[in-house]
Amino acid sequence: MNILLILIPLALALGGLGLAAFLWSLSNRQYEDLDGAAWRALMDDDTSPLPRPEDGR
Amino acid sequence: MAAELATPPADLRQFLRVSPDEAFVSLDLAVDGIKCAACMATIERAMSREPGVVGARVNLGAKRLHVTFERREADPARILRRLDELGFKAYPFSPRQVEDSKAQEMRRLLRCLGVAAFASMNVMLLSVAVWSGHETGLDPTTRDLFHWLSALIALPTAAYSGRPFYESAIGALKRRRVNMDVPITLGICLALVMSVFEVLRHGEHAYFDGVVMLLFFLLIGRTLDQVMQRRTQLVAANLAALRAEFATKRLPDGTWRDVPIDMVEPGDVILVRIGDRVAADGRIEEGRSDIDQSLVTGETAHRAVRPGDEVYAGTQNLGGALVVRVLKSQEGTLLAGVERLLAQAAQTKGAYIRLADRAARLYPPFVHTVALLTFLGWMMMGIGWHDALMIAITVLIITCPCALGLAVPAVQVVAAGAMFRNGILIQSGDAIERLAEIDRVVFDKTGTLTLPAADIANREEIPAEDVMLAARLALTSRHPLAAAIAAQDKAAKPLATAREVPGEGVKACHAGQVVRLGSPAFCEAMPEAEALATRFPGASIVAFRHGERLALFAIRQPYREDAEATVAALGTMKLPTEIISGDRPRAVAEAARDLGIANWRGGALPGDKVTWLEQMKRFGARPLMVGDGLNDAPALAAGHASIAPASASQLAQTQADFLLVGQRLGAIVPAIRIARKARWLMLENLWISVLYNLIAVPVAILGHATPLVAALAMSGSSIIVTLNALRAGRGAGEKS
Repeated sequence: MNILLILIPLALALGGLGLAAFLWSLSNRQYEDLDGAAWRALMDDDTSPLPRPEDGR
Repeated sequence: MAAELATPPADLRQFLRVSPDEAFVSLDLAVDGIKCAACMATIERAMSREPGVVGARVNLGAKRLHVTFERREADPARILRRLDELGFKAYPFSPRQVEDSKAQEMRRLLRCLGVAAFASMNVMLLSVAVWSGHETGLDPTTRDLFHWLSALIALPTAAYSGRPFYESAIGALKRRRVNMDVPITLGICLALVMSVFEVLRHGEHAYFDGVVMLLFFLLIGRTLDQVMQRRTQLVAANLAALRAEFATKRLPDGTWRDVPIDMVEPGDVILVRIGDRVAADGRIEEGRSDIDQSLVTGETAHRAVRPGDEVYAGTQNLGGALVVRVLKSQEGTLLAGVERLLAQAAQTKGAYIRLADRAARLYPPFVHTVALLTFLGWMMMGIGWHDALMIAITVLIITCPCALGLAVPAVQVVAAGAMFRNGILIQSGDAIERLAEIDRVVFDKTGTLTLPAADIANREEIPAEDVMLAARLALTSRHPLAAAIAAQDKAAKPLATAREVPGEGVKACHAGQVVRLGSPAFCEAMPEAEALATRFPGASIVAFRHGERLALFAIRQPYREDAEATVAALGTMKLPTEIISGDRPRAVAEAARDLGIANWRGGALPGDKVTWLEQMKRFGARPLMVGDGLNDAPALAAGHASIAPASASQLAQTQADFLLVGQRLGAIVPAIRIARKARWLMLENLWISVLYNLIAVPVAILGHATPLVAALAMSGSSIIVTLNALRAGRGAGEKS
């Protein structure tokens, strides 16, 4: 049963990683424009992404 | 006089927003014409090359552009010019407070949802082990460890993700009401307390998995609800910005400046040029003119006004420039009356209760009674208060309204999406249900069955050369009727000698003779004009005189292209149609005949429309009101459901349940069809939830609801309801 001591924290850590990624992308406003994001992936411009909107929007 | 002033540049500075560190400013624009990813790339590339621009980002879904400038180099006017060169019309707007708070609410829900999703996955991982352990003989120490781990995940999750429900429940209780969130909160708290208690005494069953899963499903329902509201708001805000409401206001130093309409206050003096819409209710101080009030009263005949007369916001100035002193809206008799009627209509409307609310009203007493009876019943059976309480709490958990919480919002989101693709925008949550119930359609005429822009009705009777010359003359005038004539010949060039006689028409010298275009009196054609007016009752007459030659144009608003087809389609759906209009009875009768509508009423005041609709409702009818004018606003509020075109007056738009985006009136037909199907699916979903409870509750009462059974039952019913909701978008949306 000692294997549980490794596996359970591992499972929780992986899940937590996913949650952290979701919360990060949410606070980074990646869900504001799903239509646009779908196309942006295909563009091969080298323009750097816009700095985070500074005005709290 | 004021009319000779050049248009001053609109002041765009008030749309700029300063960043917290004051180094940058940003501007939000609603951009018309963004269709695809290529537009997005073009705009962003062009903007990033403008001096002073730090960043530009297009939101393709919302059709908006967010530009950030260096604070000192900000030049919003330049951005607008550049967009115009690229072929995009852009309108600045300040995002409304409501929109910001809604966006925040949405993010908060998504965070709660994310946490609940994480927790239910991990708790379920542990629970599956415990459940299979019941069969394979998991040793109690390990089981306790798993239960403690579940508690460690579930308790913080319930504290965090459950807040939207707790807050709503506490709010309801403070107002001495009970809503759906009260039993949910109660169920969650009791289940957690019981589970912790069970784990402490090394019991076999803990319901941590049930609690987090419940939160997960309920949060999905809430989020779907928000998604629908937000999408509607974005488009509605864009429409408002696209109308670009500016007024020309006199500043204290006597100069004129264009300002956004909300900056005009009572007591200000504004200038209304020929062809402009009056920006605010007021009294005329200088100038004489004709006013087109069709958007306000539905009346297509123009009203002559002079100093001292009142003019209303939304009416169009046809004759000469006017200087208007703005009155408080209470002082404007027409608007005040309309507002009084609106309040009255809102009172009588309060009767409609949403399907979900009706279900929610029955739900808490039922659940609490069943749980209490179960407890008392088992006590009498003598199994001891601990076991009896356990069973009663499992009843509370298993009846928790996962499926009920998803039943209606899931259908609404799918139906709203289907309507959106058909050019219909939903403005209120219960609108779909009400639209599904309508049994007749009442149209306004002006601006609803007809297009807002005018056209020549007797074009084929007039010799082509007269039309061409008239079109050249018309180019000199800013009168809206002249625009209809000028549009006849796209290649026309204005006559060099032409000049406008304010309030009368245009005059010029051509081939040695005087040519005139304007009112029949101006062209000495009164008797002929009266004869033509009887043939085209709804039309305005414009005369053209070239020496001895005389031509008369009957100009009226043409019907929407698919108006007749729409009326016919509604007929095949067994929905009788009617017209009720503020226009002259003769003009209304003509429209009714042309479109094949049997019932009509003309000359109706705003109050008459409301009375008429209320009378219908008293006889058990459920009318759908379709209208656009300010005068239709009370009627839109009084109808069982209501639709307004996107060109409607602002007040009408805020009152309508649905907005028609685009010129097609025919979108009404699929909208009704989708709404009917959606209502049917909502009912079906509610019955599925009831059926689920009919099976699950007896099982729970008998004490067989282990955490495994609860998890299967709750997730199973939620998934069935959601899959069923997906059908709302199918089939109903085909183009007619």
